[in-house]
Amino acid sequence: MSETPPQMPKAYYQYLHELQSIDFVLCELTLYLDTHPEDEQALAQFTQFQKRKHNLMTQFEAAFGPLYEFGVSPISGGKWTWSQTPWPWQV
Amino acid sequence: MKAIWIYEKKLQYPVRVSKCDPKLAKMLIEQYGGADGELSAALRYLNQRYSIPDKVIGLLTDIGTEEFAHLEMIATMVYKLTKDATPEQLRAAGLADHYVNHGHALFYHDAAGNPWTATYIQAKGDPIADLYEDIAAEEKARATYQWIIDNTDDPDIVDSLRFLREREVVHSLRFREAVEILKEYNSTKKMF
Ligand SMILES: [Fe+2]
Repeated sequence: MSETPPQMPKAYYQYLHELQSIDFVLCELTLYLDTHPEDEQALAQFTQFQKRKHNLMTQFEAAFGPLYEFGVSPISGGKWTWSQTPWPWQV
Repeated sequence: MKAIWIYEKKLQYPVRVSKCDPKLAKMLIEQYGGADGELSAALRYLNQRYSIPDKVIGLLTDIGTEEFAHLEMIATMVYKLTKDATPEQLRAAGLADHYVNHGHALFYHDAAGNPWTATYIQAKGDPIADLYEDIAAEEKARATYQWIIDNTDDPDIVDSLRFLREREVVHSLRFREAVEILKEYNSTKKMF
């Protein structure tokens, strides 16, 4: 039936949850700014969270591989690891 | 940075599943390939963009994109709840019909097994008509999540479903604001 899911270290889940909460704020702000494009406070918050996302993403990708491809995420260690497990439904 | 739709190798919100529960999966399929499910939502909004006023294209693009993230969450729940199920367990859950056609694969149909159809969604080419349809779609999706929550006591799944239910509330609010933006835009257009 299904292959055995890969065992991911605790740190993977910690990073993932932190990323998910930052991305949630950015998702909320994106939709909000779509209907309130003049809101400067929301814009400032967006910029602030974007920085946090970028920092965390860099750390996550260095440890666990690319989150995006098509040239968006860096190649780590000269190896193509994008197509390796785990995929989101496997963890 | 991203010029095309791009896959993100993570879920929008955690989906924790600790047991095999094909009965629950059967209910969740409603939000995968059902009339008011996430596939319908994503395809409806993205397709309406080409004829909607410029002021709300961004919102339709972003909500439509988020719906695909929700589709991936539902798929993850269904996958995890059924991956280890035996044919007997699937039969006991009412999924024998699904199994003979799809095995352990997912498929776009509703909880009763009706295949997804484009007749679930509309693009009228009339901005107000389209946005009111979108508001209704969000309210129906919210209600569906509530009915599924009422039917399960799995705390992990309920947590993920509450997140999805609240997203529908926010989407509905944003679409209501879009209606107001268009009304205001139309009245200034007539005045000047
Ligand atoms: Fe939605």
